[in-house]
Amino acid sequence: MAENNKVIRLHYEVDGEDFSLAGEASSNVKKVLKQLGFDPQVVRKVAIAMYEGEINMVIHAQGGTVEVEITPAQIKMILQDQGPGIPDIDLAMQEGYSTAPHKIRELGFGAGMGLPNMKSYTDEMHIRSEVGKGTTVEMIVKT
Amino acid sequence: MSEYFHSVRLEKEKCKGCTNCIKRCPTEAIRVRNGKAKIIKERCIDCGECIRVCPYHAKKAVTDPFEDIFNYQYRVALPAPTLYGQFKNVWDIDMILTGLKRIGFDDVFEVARAAEVVSLATKRFFESGRVKKPAISSACPAVVRLISVRFPNLIDHIIPIKSPMEVAARLAKRKISLQTGLKQEEIGVFFITPCAAKMTSTKVPVGSDNSFVDGVIAMKDVCLKLAAILGKIDDVEKLSTSGMRGICWAKSGGESAALGDEKNISVDGIHHVIKVLEELENDKLSDMDFVEALSCTGGCVGGPLTVENNFVAKNRVRQIAALNDKRDSVEESAYLDAIDIAWTNHVTYRPVMKLDNDMIEAMKKMEILEEIYKELPGLDCGSCGSPSCRALAEDIVRGFATETDCIFMLREKVRTLTKEMMDLESKMPPAFRKEEE
Repeated sequence: MAENNKVIRLHYEVDGEDFSLAGEASSNVKKVLKQLGFDPQVVRKVAIAMYEGEINMVIHAQGGTVEVEITPAQIKMILQDQGPGIPDIDLAMQEGYSTAPHKIRELGFGAGMGLPNMKSYTDEMHIRSEVGKGTTVEMIVKT
Repeated sequence: MSEYFHSVRLEKEKCKGCTNCIKRCPTEAIRVRNGKAKIIKERCIDCGECIRVCPYHAKKAVTDPFEDIFNYQYRVALPAPTLYGQFKNVWDIDMILTGLKRIGFDDVFEVARAAEVVSLATKRFFESGRVKKPAISSACPAVVRLISVRFPNLIDHIIPIKSPMEVAARLAKRKISLQTGLKQEEIGVFFITPCAAKMTSTKVPVGSDNSFVDGVIAMKDVCLKLAAILGKIDDVEKLSTSGMRGICWAKSGGESAALGDEKNISVDGIHHVIKVLEELENDKLSDMDFVEALSCTGGCVGGPLTVENNFVAKNRVRQIAALNDKRDSVEESAYLDAIDIAWTNHVTYRPVMKLDNDMIEAMKKMEILEEIYKELPGLDCGSCGSPSCRALAEDIVRGFATETDCIFMLREKVRTLTKEMMDLESKMPPAFRKEEE
């Protein structure tokens, strides 16, 4: 079963401040995972978690990059941005807590469910953030 | 009947091998090979999009010939409500239904009436609390098939209730058998269809083992026969019982309106449907109760087998429905108890997009696919016969195409080869070389 170490890596650039493009990367990953034959439930979790992450990068950080690592055992997503950073991660993880500007909320985004959703749809989530430098979110969905 | 029976077929001699259909197919089910389109059976959902876009009319929907009705002792027409919107200056449904009896049917059973029964059953289903919201309408067979091949996570959201066509067929057979004493198999029920997908769903039913519909006749064939006699009918019979709610099922938004729930989305046109299903799959529409998704633009009035322009027909259906707004919702509950309206079989996921049954193999193929895709020009021109560069890369790893099927890759190869030949041509054996002066 040495072949179980097989890895597929995908890389995406997420443009900032363009809502019409947000979700393109997760939509792509969804297609790839279906083609690889992953369980629909797994595909769903990855798609939702990654979509939320993409939206976050668009709202808060003028975009960023997404690295996806696919193995038969798990799908790892690393979302990286050079945005303002998260001063208090515990606070940010609370449902309903949001720092999204008013104009974004008017569009129906920024309800403060992004990070909590990402956590609930993944098996592991780690956030590293430095104020003024940026944020890295690592999420893992096990198959 | 084969698992992959399809109503949508190619008329080979008319096909010019252009790229119109391959580019519009929502499941990437068409390729051009040897100058002709080829439909990949496993992927086709019979939406009829290719029939609409083919400029050479090389795609058609196979339906049953009208004469088939005469194989039965007693013949019943099941007109889809879309039929009511096909005739200019005809506002009386009874006129159209009487017309059906004049062209060879013994009786009619309106699918619009059955649609009202389905609406009632859907309401009950919502009340039962077993609904996975947002619930997706099962009325359009092309959409149900689309979900089964592309959106496995949404299968549980489909409302497991038979279509108005199937409900009409069951009710009609039961009613007429009781009235006449004939056996159900002696009664032929024929659906008058606006689309190909309905034909397919009688041959390969979704949600149940067998269809009660004995034949499916193209709406345009019936319209031709009706148009010739409609003006000459002077003894119009009172036949119609359907009300506004049922009639409006012919157009997008009709089923939602009949349900009366405000939290709904009506989407029509297969590419728009895909957009909404993507959002549903990403949990973006969790505040909705009901999604009505219809493959054709405007709803069933936009079916490829209709005659009238779908926008005109939509308006006419609305006007005709308004004329019948008093005639609404008789005791359909009696109907509900008469037949088994729920699905008896579940829809299963058919992963036709999968690269390989073995995941490791699929991953290997995906790696090669990504490599090939990077090399392709990204123009999605379709000249290779695949709908996009990505699809060509897929076809290559599946073994159905080669890199030189891409005219740009081919040109590059020829160029390299020419350059190598030129280089070789300039080389001389040492004995022939001239000494430089």
